[in-house]
Amino acid sequence: MRKSFDDIILLFPNTICIEELEKIPATQPFSNDVVEFLNALSQELSKDPKIRNYPDVATFAFFCRKANILQIKKRYVSEETIRLGRGIVFHVTPSNVPVNFAYSLLCGILSGNVNIVRVPSKDFEQVTIICNAITRIASNTVYQNCANRIVIVKYDRNSSATSLFSSFCDVRVIWGGDETIAQIRKSSIPARSFDVTFADRYSLCIINADQYIKEQNHEAVALGFYNDTYLFDQNACTSPHLVVWLGTKEIVYKAKKVFWNKLYNIVKQKYGPIQPIIVVDKLTALYNQAVNSDGVHKTTSNDNLLWLVDIDILSPQIEDFRCSSGYFSEYHANSLLEVATIINRKYQTLAYYGFNKMELSNFVKNNNLPGIDRIVPIGRTTDFSVIWDGFDLIRTLTRCCNIIAK
Amino acid sequence: MEISEILDIPPYSLNKVDKEQILSPYLTNLSRHHYKHCTPFRKMMDSVGFDTQKEYHYADLPFLPVRLFKMFDLYSVPQNEIIKTMISSGTSGQSVSRIFLDRDTSAAQTKTLTQIVSSFIGTQRLPMMIIDSESIIKDRNLFSARGAGILGFSIFGSKRMYALNEQMQLNIEQLQGFTEQHKEKRIFMFGFTFMIYQHFYKELARSSIKLDLSNAVLIHGGGWKNLISEAVTPDVFRKKLNDVCRLNQVHDYYGMVEQTGTIYMECEYGHLHAPAFSDVIIRRAHDFSIADAGEKGIIQVLSILPKSYPGHSLLTEDAGVLLGEDNCACGRLGKYFKIAGRLKNAEIRGCGDTYAEKF
Repeated sequence: MRKSFDDIILLFPNTICIEELEKIPATQPFSNDVVEFLNALSQELSKDPKIRNYPDVATFAFFCRKANILQIKKRYVSEETIRLGRGIVFHVTPSNVPVNFAYSLLCGILSGNVNIVRVPSKDFEQVTIICNAITRIASNTVYQNCANRIVIVKYDRNSSATSLFSSFCDVRVIWGGDETIAQIRKSSIPARSFDVTFADRYSLCIINADQYIKEQNHEAVALGFYNDTYLFDQNACTSPHLVVWLGTKEIVYKAKKVFWNKLYNIVKQKYGPIQPIIVVDKLTALYNQAVNSDGVHKTTSNDNLLWLVDIDILSPQIEDFRCSSGYFSEYHANSLLEVATIINRKYQTLAYYGFNKMELSNFVKNNNLPGIDRIVPIGRTTDFSVIWDGFDLIRTLTRCCNIIAK
Repeated sequence: MEISEILDIPPYSLNKVDKEQILSPYLTNLSRHHYKHCTPFRKMMDSVGFDTQKEYHYADLPFLPVRLFKMFDLYSVPQNEIIKTMISSGTSGQSVSRIFLDRDTSAAQTKTLTQIVSSFIGTQRLPMMIIDSESIIKDRNLFSARGAGILGFSIFGSKRMYALNEQMQLNIEQLQGFTEQHKEKRIFMFGFTFMIYQHFYKELARSSIKLDLSNAVLIHGGGWKNLISEAVTPDVFRKKLNDVCRLNQVHDYYGMVEQTGTIYMECEYGHLHAPAFSDVIIRRAHDFSIADAGEKGIIQVLSILPKSYPGHSLLTEDAGVLLGEDNCACGRLGKYFKIAGRLKNAEIRGCGDTYAEKF
C-alpha cells in the first residue's frame, strides 16, 4: 500500500519498518531511559577528537549531559497532570544549520515520542559525527529502548518521502522559513495531527549606553555580539538586524564608537573573505532602505565587512530592510516605548545589554507586545532552549491526560 | 563638452588622461541631473553622502547595483517623454529590469552603437544575416533585450535575412540563397551567442550543408552563461563556426540593456575594449577599491548615455579582469578586459532553507 522509499537515505538505523514504528508506545517525558541515552551520547561525542573543529557539536554534547537534562526536568515534574508523548514526531530540519536537527530530535525524545528526522540533503560533517555517535551507543542493549525511537533520514527535495512521513505523524515540526513551511504543508497530515512551525523571524538588540560605557570588558561583549550575528552570517532567525541605543546623546555617541570598533576588530580577524555577491546585496539593501524610508545614512566604513546604517526614524517597515553578513541599522531611542511601537508577530529574539529583568518584563507586559519570544543577553541569542520561538517544545510535543478524582 | 561633441570622438582614440578629463565632469553632471530629477536616486545618493557641489573623478561617483532596476521604476524625465521601455530578458519567474528611454537618450544610443560598430565593420551598410527568428521583434511595444539588440544592429544591414524560423529551425533555403547571392560582398552576421551555438552551429554540424561564409563578419553578444555547461569557450566557439561555415571574423561584445549603446567590443586579440564614451572599473569585493590589472573583481560600468534614467554608473553582477589600458596590441586606446563569469550565488549559513532572492 505504502509507496516504496527507495530514494530515502537512512542515516540511522540501517533498516526501518514503518508499521513497527507505529507500534512503539509513546512514554512519559524525561524517562530514565532517555536521560541515560542522552548522557551516553554526550560522553560519546566528547570522546570524538573531531568535535574540536565543531564547537556547535561540542555545545550540543554539553547540552545533553545528565546534569543539564535533570535541571530542565525539574521545571516539568511538579505538574499534577499526566503527560505522555504524542506518538510519532516528524521533524523537517533546516538546510543551513547543521546541528539544529539534533536539538529538534532531543526535544522529541525527551518528550517521549518516536522521531523521524529529516536532515539537510547537503553533506555536513557535524551530521555525520552525531549520527555515528548514535549508531555506536545504540549497539549497547541498555540504550536500545531509546535508540528504537530514532530514525534519521535524508532525501531530495522532490522525493515523495515528505508525503509518506506526513501521512502518519502525530506532530510535524517544520524548521526553515516561510517558503519551506508552505512547501511541506502541501503534504497533508492526519486529522488530529498538527504542525509546529518555525517561520521567518526578525530579531533586534537594545543597548543601554549609560551602562555599557561602564562595562569593564568591552571585548567580551563584542565577541558575544559577533557570535550572535556573524557566526551564522547574520542569517539565523536569532541574529539582530537592528540595534537600538538608549541614553543621553553624548554617551550614546561614545558607546557606539567603542561597540562597533571592538566588533570590527573581531570581524577583521575572524570573518571573511566576504563573498562578492554579498556586497552587491548590501548595497542593494541600503538603497532599497533609502528609497523606502527617510533619514537613512550609511556610516563611513573601512570596508564592506561591517556596514552601519543610521536611521532618524524608527518605522514598522524596518524589518524589510535587512541583509546578511554584517548589515545593521541603528537608532537612538528616547525610551523603550518607542521600540514597542514597531514590534509585531514576526519579532523573535531581543538581545540586550544593561537592562534588568524587571525593566524587560515590564517592557513586554505593559506594552502587550504581539511579538518577541525570547529576551537574552548579548552573546546568548543562539543558545538552545526547549522553549523556542514561543513554544514550550516539551509541552507541545506531549498530550495531557486529565484525571478527576471523585 | 556636450554629448554630441563627445560622441563625435573616434571610439578608441582617447588615452587615460584625456578620457578622465572629458568623462569626469560629464558623469558628475549626470549624477547631479539624476539627483535633481529622480527622487529615488536622490534618496539613494543622500544615504551615501553624495555632494552635489563637489567635482568628482568618475571613479569616485556612487554606483547603483543593476538589480535596482528590477525593484524600482527609475527615470529622470517627465513620464510623457518616455518613448520606449526596454526590459531585460529575465528567465521565467524572475523579475525583469525596466529601462525608460526618451527621444534624446534613444537617439544617442543609436549614434554610439553606430560609431563603435562601424569602426569594426566599416560605415557602409552590408547584407545582414540575423541568427534569430523574426518573431522576436514583432512586438514593438515592449522591447526585450534580444529584440532591441537585433533592431539596434539592424541599422548596419542593407538587406536583412533571418536565419531561423519561428520554431527556431534553420531556414536552409533562404540561408543558401542569401549566401550565394552575396558571395562577392561582405556579409554582416549578428546574433546572440547561445542562439548561434544552439540553433545555427549545431544544426549545420548535424546536417551535411556546407556554407561558405568566409567573407562574413559575425558580431555576437549576450554572454556565455548557458554555454559554460557545454564547455564551449570563445576559442572553441570560433573554431566550430569556422568548421561548419568557414567563418573567420568573429567579434563578441559585452553589453547590457541597462547601458544600451556603449558596448564593449572584442578586438582581434580577443580582448573587450572600452570606448571613449564609457568605461569599466573592476572593484574588489572587500572594500570596493579598484583592483589591479590581472586581479578578478566585480565589474562597474559607466556610460555617458543614460540621461532619461539614472543608469550612468552601475555595479553589475559580473566578474571581470582588467588586462591593460592604452596598450593593447590591436592599437585601440582605452581599457581592455575580459569577463570572468557571473558572481556566484552566496552560500551562507543561517536558518533559511533556501537562499532565495530576497528582493
